[in-house]
Amino acid sequence: MAVRNVAMREAIRRALQEEMRRDDDVFVMGEEVAYWQGTHRVTRGFLEEFGERRVRDTPISEMAIGGVAVGAAMAGLRPVAEFMTINFAFLALDAIANHAGKVRYFFDGMFKVPLVYRAASGWGNQATASHSHSPEPIFAHFPGVYVGCPSNSMDAYGMLKAAIRDDNPVLFTESIALYPKPGPMPDDEDTDYLIPIGKGDIKREGADVTLVAYARGVDWALQAARQLAKDGVEAEVVDLRWLRPLDMELVYSSFKKTNRCVIVEESLPMYSFGSEIAALLQENMFDYMDAPIKRVAAEDVPLPYSKEIELLALPDAQKVADAVKEIV
Amino acid sequence: MASPSKEMLLDWYRQMVLIREFEETCHRLYEEKRITGVYLHLYSGHEASGVGSMAALRPSDHVITAYRDHGIALILGMDPGAVMAEMMGKKTGSSGGKGGSMHLASAQHNFWGGYAIVGGHLPLAAGIALEARYRGSDDVTMTYVGDGATNNGYFHESLNMSSIWDLPVVWIIENNGYGMGTEVDRASGQIELHRKAEAYGIKSLGRVNAQDALEVYAVATQAVDYARKHGPVVVEHVTYRYRGHGVSDKQYDAREDMSAELREWMECREPIKILRDQILKKHKGAKAILAAHEEDARRIVKEAVEFAEASELPNSYQELFQNTYAQSNLVHKTDMSVGAGID
Repeated sequence: MAVRNVAMREAIRRALQEEMRRDDDVFVMGEEVAYWQGTHRVTRGFLEEFGERRVRDTPISEMAIGGVAVGAAMAGLRPVAEFMTINFAFLALDAIANHAGKVRYFFDGMFKVPLVYRAASGWGNQATASHSHSPEPIFAHFPGVYVGCPSNSMDAYGMLKAAIRDDNPVLFTESIALYPKPGPMPDDEDTDYLIPIGKGDIKREGADVTLVAYARGVDWALQAARQLAKDGVEAEVVDLRWLRPLDMELVYSSFKKTNRCVIVEESLPMYSFGSEIAALLQENMFDYMDAPIKRVAAEDVPLPYSKEIELLALPDAQKVADAVKEIV
Repeated sequence: MASPSKEMLLDWYRQMVLIREFEETCHRLYEEKRITGVYLHLYSGHEASGVGSMAALRPSDHVITAYRDHGIALILGMDPGAVMAEMMGKKTGSSGGKGGSMHLASAQHNFWGGYAIVGGHLPLAAGIALEARYRGSDDVTMTYVGDGATNNGYFHESLNMSSIWDLPVVWIIENNGYGMGTEVDRASGQIELHRKAEAYGIKSLGRVNAQDALEVYAVATQAVDYARKHGPVVVEHVTYRYRGHGVSDKQYDAREDMSAELREWMECREPIKILRDQILKKHKGAKAILAAHEEDARRIVKEAVEFAEASELPNSYQELFQNTYAQSNLVHKTDMSVGAGID
């Protein structure tokens, strides 16, 4: 496959643009997606190319954004609804969890809900407490909605395309910190590059410890792995990519080899991604376990404004490396 | 003003007596514990609201409502047996026993369902109407919303969205005086609920006495025509619920003022009696047909109960998990994946 290097933001933009060119039923809606060109510039140029019918600015109405997408999807369109940031999607939790995720079930399969919610996620540059969340696990709690969280350009491209083409609702989160990060993505000739929903990926092989992560946590895990290698510890980095479905087969096969695990996430520690993976490992891999499962997550506190204490609250590669050293 | 034919009036009567018989039977079955579950919101007293307004639709139009949905389902022509089986959670229920009383729907009738979160269906209605606009269709989405929901954020966001996008929605506020147990004037700063439309630049056709199917129909035809040609419109149906908020509502027994109010509505503003008088005034010979419709309603509902009670309950894990997700070859499923569903 021929590839080129682009920022993750551009990979997402290209995936969305190509799917809109491919299928007239795909449209985008959200705050500032049209005339403003997207708060994160993901829909840059879309209004000019696709027009107001398919690139729809909405009022600041997250409940309606969440629910209109459900109705339009049930009726046969394939909406891609953007929450400017995932913090605002809290206002739409009922539409997402109670409607997008359940209408198929409570009508016993009568309707399909082929929609994608996109949401920028993660802590920003002193964005302060209410705008500094990475709450993907909250949304992954509910059956009926798939949750995808890419860590790089190539994955973002293939995952978003699969999400748009799938007949189930998908919440797709995009780490704000990763938007400018360059990485390879397929070139113009390979517009059908799809990453199956729920398929994880080994980002680095190693025999001593398994680092399980998603989205930005993958970067910290890879940085930590490079640092650990200098001390002779080889870490395997599992990028789950999707929080629902969860590719535990991949985690188990890695864990059977390393017998040790550190879970890395940008989100909060209680009732978390880390809690879930750790619980599943002890339930299903007890005989392979040589050390306690460790978790590296944000500190259990709202994020402050001031720079130094903001950084104290968040995970980083050093915290990952330190956790590994406690168990190898 | 649209004037319905004799056949239409007789058919409305058929629908209304069927709904009343169905609902009162549901109430009895609940008391006898033959229908279980905690939620059962009956349409008794509301019949003319649904029947008169839906008569203004054509088959390609869309309908969506909240949890007081049995009457709407029957008006659209859903099989009473499948609806009754859903009340009992049977496999043969219209939602396979997964939805119950509050989640009736029928794709073939463009009935997008009953919804249980107050106001939750309102943006869905806007989304369904958006699909029509998107494809250049002039089909309208008839949306029923209770008085209580007009105080919640979904209502305001959805009306506003329908306004800025000129969506073909008829927003029908069924004002039965109470949001659960709270009187409208204790819950809403604006007690003329249709006037909430003004805040969003939406046309309102005002209040309608929704115990009179003819009045309802006359305004609904204007509303549907307006929505088809221009965009959203609001109508307020003033109606009353005969069986409280839901079957567990004991307020009418506990409060003399409420039970007196109920008696007054049932004696003076009874929708079936009003329609019956209107029909017989113009068509004296229709009495036998009306009696036949009443007889049919009893038979149809009796057969629906027999069908439902003879049906099986879903009882397997396969049925429990089925239809959580749409089948998809884009989903990576393994024996050890978590949260992928079992289909």
